[in-house]
Amino acid sequence: MSQFLTLLLRNRLAAAGGVVLLIVLALALLTPVLPLANPDATDTANRFQPVLSAGHLLGTDHLGRDQLSRLLWGTRLSLAVGIAAAVFAASIGAAIGIIAGYFGGRTDNLIMRGVDMLMAFPYILLALAIVAALGPGLVNALIAVAAVNVPFFARNIRGVTVGLAHKEFIDAARLAGLGHTRIIFSEILPNVVPVIVIAMSTTIGWMILETAGLSFLGLGSQPPQADLGSMLGEARGALITHPLTSVVPGAMILVIVMGINLLGDGVRDALDPRLRSGALARPMAATRVARRAPVPQNEDAGAVLALQGLETQFHVKDRVYKAVGGVSLQVKPGECLGLIGESGSGKSVTALSVMGLVASPPGVITAGAARYDGADLIGAPYETLRHLRGNRIAYIFQDPQATLHPLYRVGDQLVEAIRSHRPLSKSEAWARAVELLKQVRIPNPESRATSFPHEMSGGMRQRVGIAMAMANNPDVIIADEPTTALDVTVQAQILSLLNELRRERGLAIVFITHDFGVVAQLCDRVAVMYAGRIVEQGPTEAVLAAPAHPYTRRLIACVPELGEGRRKLEAIPGLPPAVDRLDPGCAFAPRCLKAQAVCKQGDIALAEEGARVVRCLFPETDIRLEQSV
Amino acid sequence: MSEVLKLDGLAKSFAVGKRLFGGPRGMVHAVRPVDLVVQQGETLGIVGESGCGKSTLARMLVGLLPATSGRIEINGAPLDNADPSEFGKKIQYVFQDPISSLNPRKTIRQIMDAPLKRLHHIDRATRTQRISEIFASVNLREEFLDRYPHEFSGGQAQRIGIARALAAEAKILILDEPVSALDVSVQAQVLNLLADLKVRLGLTYLFISHDLAVVEAVSDRVAVLYFGSVVEVGPAEQVFAAPRHPYTRLLAQSAPVVGRPLSAPEGRESELPDPLNPPQGCAFKARCPKASEICGREVPPLAPVGGTDHLAACHHPL
Amino acid sequence: MTGYILKRLLSAIPVLLGITVIVFLIMALIPGDPALAILGSYATPENVAKLNRDLGLDAPLVTRYFIWLGNMLQGDFGQSFALNRPVLDEVLERFGATLLLAGVSFVLCAVLGIAAGVVSAARQFGLADKAITFVVLLGISIPSFFLGMMMILIFAVDLRWFPVSGMKMAYGGGGFADVANHLVMPALALSVVATGVVARLSRGAMLEVLRQDYIRTARAKGVSEGRVIWGHALRSAMVSIIPVLGIQAGFVLSGAVYIEMVFQWPGVGRMLVDAILKRDILLVQGGVVFVAACYVLFNIAVDVAQSLLDPRIKT
Repeated sequence: MSQFLTLLLRNRLAAAGGVVLLIVLALALLTPVLPLANPDATDTANRFQPVLSAGHLLGTDHLGRDQLSRLLWGTRLSLAVGIAAAVFAASIGAAIGIIAGYFGGRTDNLIMRGVDMLMAFPYILLALAIVAALGPGLVNALIAVAAVNVPFFARNIRGVTVGLAHKEFIDAARLAGLGHTRIIFSEILPNVVPVIVIAMSTTIGWMILETAGLSFLGLGSQPPQADLGSMLGEARGALITHPLTSVVPGAMILVIVMGINLLGDGVRDALDPRLRSGALARPMAATRVARRAPVPQNEDAGAVLALQGLETQFHVKDRVYKAVGGVSLQVKPGECLGLIGESGSGKSVTALSVMGLVASPPGVITAGAARYDGADLIGAPYETLRHLRGNRIAYIFQDPQATLHPLYRVGDQLVEAIRSHRPLSKSEAWARAVELLKQVRIPNPESRATSFPHEMSGGMRQRVGIAMAMANNPDVIIADEPTTALDVTVQAQILSLLNELRRERGLAIVFITHDFGVVAQLCDRVAVMYAGRIVEQGPTEAVLAAPAHPYTRRLIACVPELGEGRRKLEAIPGLPPAVDRLDPGCAFAPRCLKAQAVCKQGDIALAEEGARVVRCLFPETDIRLEQSV
Repeated sequence: MSEVLKLDGLAKSFAVGKRLFGGPRGMVHAVRPVDLVVQQGETLGIVGESGCGKSTLARMLVGLLPATSGRIEINGAPLDNADPSEFGKKIQYVFQDPISSLNPRKTIRQIMDAPLKRLHHIDRATRTQRISEIFASVNLREEFLDRYPHEFSGGQAQRIGIARALAAEAKILILDEPVSALDVSVQAQVLNLLADLKVRLGLTYLFISHDLAVVEAVSDRVAVLYFGSVVEVGPAEQVFAAPRHPYTRLLAQSAPVVGRPLSAPEGRESELPDPLNPPQGCAFKARCPKASEICGREVPPLAPVGGTDHLAACHHPL
Repeated sequence: MTGYILKRLLSAIPVLLGITVIVFLIMALIPGDPALAILGSYATPENVAKLNRDLGLDAPLVTRYFIWLGNMLQGDFGQSFALNRPVLDEVLERFGATLLLAGVSFVLCAVLGIAAGVVSAARQFGLADKAITFVVLLGISIPSFFLGMMMILIFAVDLRWFPVSGMKMAYGGGGFADVANHLVMPALALSVVATGVVARLSRGAMLEVLRQDYIRTARAKGVSEGRVIWGHALRSAMVSIIPVLGIQAGFVLSGAVYIEMVFQWPGVGRMLVDAILKRDILLVQGGVVFVAACYVLFNIAVDVAQSLLDPRIKT
């Protein structure tokens, strides 16, 4: 709750809306005790008095009634009716929605058909019909407005409830012995209430407008009683001669509704958990670069892609997550480098940083260089990056279901990849796209090119992803867990395809994974990441046979391997550190059996010996010895 | 040893493509008639790829999905979940996604309280006592009890999920991919914890996973599911080491293993059969190197191959 | 595709029937005797009984419904007693004017709203975003009838750019220039709220889509940013924008009632309000059913457009 209020107050516009609304509410509540003239006392001799005339701060209307008094009484009435309509509509709608969404099946079908029927009317027709039947009057207008808004709430809440009803915690509650009523009240309702509050706060302004509208048409409050809408309706006759009588109530409606909308937006933002983490920012075309250190000198001549001291951080509110904390690695033409680590180790962020594809905000590249053929890509102009993306350096992503555009045919997606970099005609590019599909061994490439992604299996989709990466014969492919979302039999197919393509074309591949088996089969060299840094790097066979870093050794040991039968696994106690609170020294030290006091003091440098590199003071294997053997 | 869980011809089909008039376009047989027995105190592993029906099977066992046909017996009595407060004491479930199996708006204590209150009707003081005991047994600190689910990592949340299942004091646990959402270093911790608890509390597990190595490491017996049917079942140390069904062999050879060269163990474009248009005879025949004419005609029954405890559904077992 | 359209048209039949039932039931709730209202001071018990018989009001509710429905299906919506002419003639004549006003407003709200939403999302937190957000907030907070009145004051009375009102017929009369001249202010006033809603929603939908993995894929391919925003992202965002356009069409039709009052526009909305105040029940019934039916058909068109855009919808 206090978190909610802080968030709400931090939003200045919402706070302003709240203050305006509080003032209006206070005035409306105090109206009966304020020293005001009788709002209904006519005095035709003094009609249309100007503002600030004696005794009439806001002048008088066409019957000589005091405008200020009528305004405040009218505001009171409008607010009361609007809020009452919102509360009625929200509670009835929410009840219907929860019942339909939770029970599903026939109940749901029946209720939602009825709701759809009501929503098939433009809302005012229904409201007009209800008022026509019940007769004009404020209470009837309230009923009409509440009734036409019930379907809106019902449908909205039903949607949320359906989503919740299929969540695993509902199943868990059922297995914990809870009946339907208990589940609705203790599991569903607490999760739905924020949605109801959001829906109410964003529609209450609208309901005030609607009731005012009915009164404006003469179907709401009846004379002499007046809400803001009927004041405006009565003033309309004298709009051109005496605009003031129209402006006063109209402006009041505007102020109230605007205040409610501002506050409502603030409430929504504060209650929506996605906004809390700042996730609803759209990523820019390229990651923001703010290097705090000079660009490192180009050292490696033979590498096609070289990272030097790359640092990428996520800035969320006042926290800094050091996702990548100084990573250096190189790939030569035709070489496959495996980048291995657990989730949160920074392996994907490292890969995405190369082409500026880390979502920004919140991502920022703060140091280092990423050189393609010697030229630094970090901070390069957007057009330079765009020219290289998919052309010289291409990506294959993890989940082909999410990474292919669902509304474009796969052939068109390939054509686009080609035509972004080559001046081919559409038909030439289409022919090339079919050729690519053939190369990744998709059967029937001509007809498959016209399929949409959802019409293909996961394995086929990932083949399309690979074809897309191959579209412009790139020099480097960065593959970010390309087989993690696939079944083992399909994974084997995809891995051998990638391996063949690489051998045929001399591609350099950076292969990101968490699976040692995959690395062992595909990669020439492997780099192990932990908490944003490389802890060990070397030829795959050497590293797997004799891991030097304790983390590498124990990570390999805790993965069960097929064919070893039933056994106790060697677990690593504890959890990887949070990268927004890294302690000095080795990040693995708290979980390491060999750690000593010195491990937690200051930065530990990479020890390099020939092809092998390790960041440890007490390595498992002496890599110098191994080299000399 | 006694049979604590017995599935007899258990099957589930879903209607797809409901139409305005007339029946549905077709039926998908997510689980074809399955017979399985789980003995007291054993871990039966169930392994299969996505879409093979393993989660549907698991959800039927705990009454979260009604079966289309066949029967389930728990401790010799047919499954009866009419009274949730009795049923929950017999069998419990540990979910794949540890975070979404915890209500985001409840504290861990409230989550732990529910089974104790609703299933065992224990008073408040005893509940507090029990929760402490359970938390100690899954190596969780008691200070976690007043926090909300989003404050936990996947591994911790999964321990909480296990703790909740233990609170019901059911002797059978259905573990549905309990470690596949976890990182490998944490995965081992949870697997070891499960192994400990089983011995200490005398539990029986049905362990479902797509990861062959994990299943082999924890199970006494393993059943392999393909396209909704059990194609092979046998002792864990034999099923992958000496598979009898060609599909099991394909699975075992596809798993990436350090030291084995990369090769696609089958034709490159092999796909699962279309569930809306299932093939005649053996579902695996299109991918099978040993397929013959009879495989297209008759569905092979699950029959003993070699020993009595090793069964395979294949006309030409390896 | 034809099959899908047919299927949607078929499924509209129960909805249309439902609409007639709802309208009929609401009207049947009316307390008192409509014959009394019609006859006014001529109401003697004999006259009332005779009129009730003439109007078929003495039959049971269900019978009355089916008689009314059967007549409507034959194009007989009854006779408006206040105007003393067939309901359908009056509704058809008035509906043209409403369609013109609402149609133009709807196109305005769709085009302006989506464009504003996309620009706003693409420049999130920038100056353009802040300006658009503010204008949109103002737009959805101002009552359209008040906005219309202020426009009359400023653009018609002070600046004399457009006529205050006085549109007689939507078609014929003063020709295209005259109609256009009369149309500008009401159409703008009517579209403001809907434009605001569409813009807000489009912005939200775009922000949601821009975070998707396939947008990153498009960027990783080297697709230009313009194509990423106006092609890849907008196409996906349209999937959630189109249904809202369908709902907004209903809001534009609804708002037309106020605007027709303010600008003296000879549309169906003003007709309905007058009919309610005069208790001309058959005219209200007929008008509501006719407009609601048109709206149902429009929503089918929206669904078809959606299925053309999104191949995942089963057709």
